[in-house]
Amino acid sequence: MEFPEDLKYSKEHEWVLVEGNTATVGITDYAQDQLGDIVFVELPAIDDKVSKEDAFGVVESVKAVSDIYAPVSGKVLEINDDLPDNPEMLNEDPYGDGWIIKIEMNDPDELKDLMTATEYEEYVAEEKE
Amino acid sequence: MQRTPLYDRHRALGARFVEFGGWEMPVQYSGILAEHRAVREGVGLFDVSHMGEIEIRGAGAVAAAQELTVNDLGRLRDGEAQYSLLCRPNGGVVDDIMVHRVSDRCVFICVNASNRDKDFQWMRENCRGDAEVIDRSAEYALLALQGPRATAVLGRLTTLPLASIPRFAFRDAEVAGQTARVAHTGYTGEDGWEIYCANAVAGGLWDALLDSGSSDGIAPVGLGARDTLRLEAALPLYGHELDDDTTPLEAGLSWVVRFQKPEFLGREALLRQREAGVARRLIGMVLTEPGIPRQGYSIVMDGQIVGAITSGTKSPTLGKAIGLGYVRPAWTDVGTKLSIDIRGREVSGEVVHLPFYKRQVQGG
Repeated sequence: MEFPEDLKYSKEHEWVLVEGNTATVGITDYAQDQLGDIVFVELPAIDDKVSKEDAFGVVESVKAVSDIYAPVSGKVLEINDDLPDNPEMLNEDPYGDGWIIKIEMNDPDELKDLMTATEYEEYVAEEKE
Repeated sequence: MQRTPLYDRHRALGARFVEFGGWEMPVQYSGILAEHRAVREGVGLFDVSHMGEIEIRGAGAVAAAQELTVNDLGRLRDGEAQYSLLCRPNGGVVDDIMVHRVSDRCVFICVNASNRDKDFQWMRENCRGDAEVIDRSAEYALLALQGPRATAVLGRLTTLPLASIPRFAFRDAEVAGQTARVAHTGYTGEDGWEIYCANAVAGGLWDALLDSGSSDGIAPVGLGARDTLRLEAALPLYGHELDDDTTPLEAGLSWVVRFQKPEFLGREALLRQREAGVARRLIGMVLTEPGIPRQGYSIVMDGQIVGAITSGTKSPTLGKAIGLGYVRPAWTDVGTKLSIDIRGREVSGEVVHLPFYKRQVQGG
């Protein structure tokens, strides 16, 4: 199970890569593993507003439907157009080709509420028990 | 929660578990898609020991079973099985079951795990004549070996002439040196076998089957793929397509109900419904826009709700989103355009022939 050091993590198992005022968001390795084979992704539209801790999209495994939550508030700058046709990228490369959206952040202070890689790894270990 | 005798083996194989009908069952091992493919293209092994086994015994066993079930046991010889239903007097389905005629004094019935207690009570209360209903579930494990390579894998472990055992027949025999009841049945839409055995020998049989199938790419398969396999084959799942308030005629199971039998529970109500017509019927849908139907989603036509989905998934074999559901009879024709309300969005689809998937029969 991978927990890249340069990312921040939410309790809902999303990761965030911060570059300036842009936050790239995806689901974590742990999340994709728990979901199992992902077969459908529903994304927001560019320019949609997203709010921290609100659902902005959906991933579906063979068995179940799960919401994806925004780790920070802002406006959708970019979506991963390749995902709807290749949802398995979320399983195969959750921190790379499986990125989901890029958000222009309203309030970078919200990042303080996210976990570091070490904190998230501990959080996952607790959830597994 | 109850565990099957194979729980430790599942754990060792890296299974992920799920609660089902009061049992802690493996939902997947390597992944649902890979396991699904293994059964369609090769062979898969399932632990379905949570299923219940109920026997009707006595001089009047067959007559009692005739009255309790809607299919016709008169069509069975010793060693033959049939799919059937327990119905209430109002026609509602108590359970869907597999009825095995062992002899004129013994009928062996496999029932759904979630309905086992209900079925046992129901059968005991409604069993008439010289017959006794016995719940033997606690004694039995059940393994399902399914897929085009299943017969080859099983054949290495038994002297049974598998090629000459027709579908829906069963034999009591030795498999890998253990006593077992081997039935040419399944719940996947593939050819295959279901093997009933005593709990104590289940582990040895499981190991022997995995070992025998290793050269055939055998995969242990969990309840996740069991569900996608049965759904592609349009086999109903109790609690989804069937329940106490649904009749066989609504569920597209008229073929199971043998009105020629003079008496069985539910006969009068079902006859009346056959004459009056049903208010809803089970259909299969394929979506023509992106989305996946799920149980409880509304089926919509011209902005009106005309029914509801009972099961849905993205079909691993077909690569399309498929669903079963109930709609008013007016909308059941193949080709009818219907939509599904997926999280407030109307997604287009159409009614298709069932099953969604039908295996190619060898030697065609």
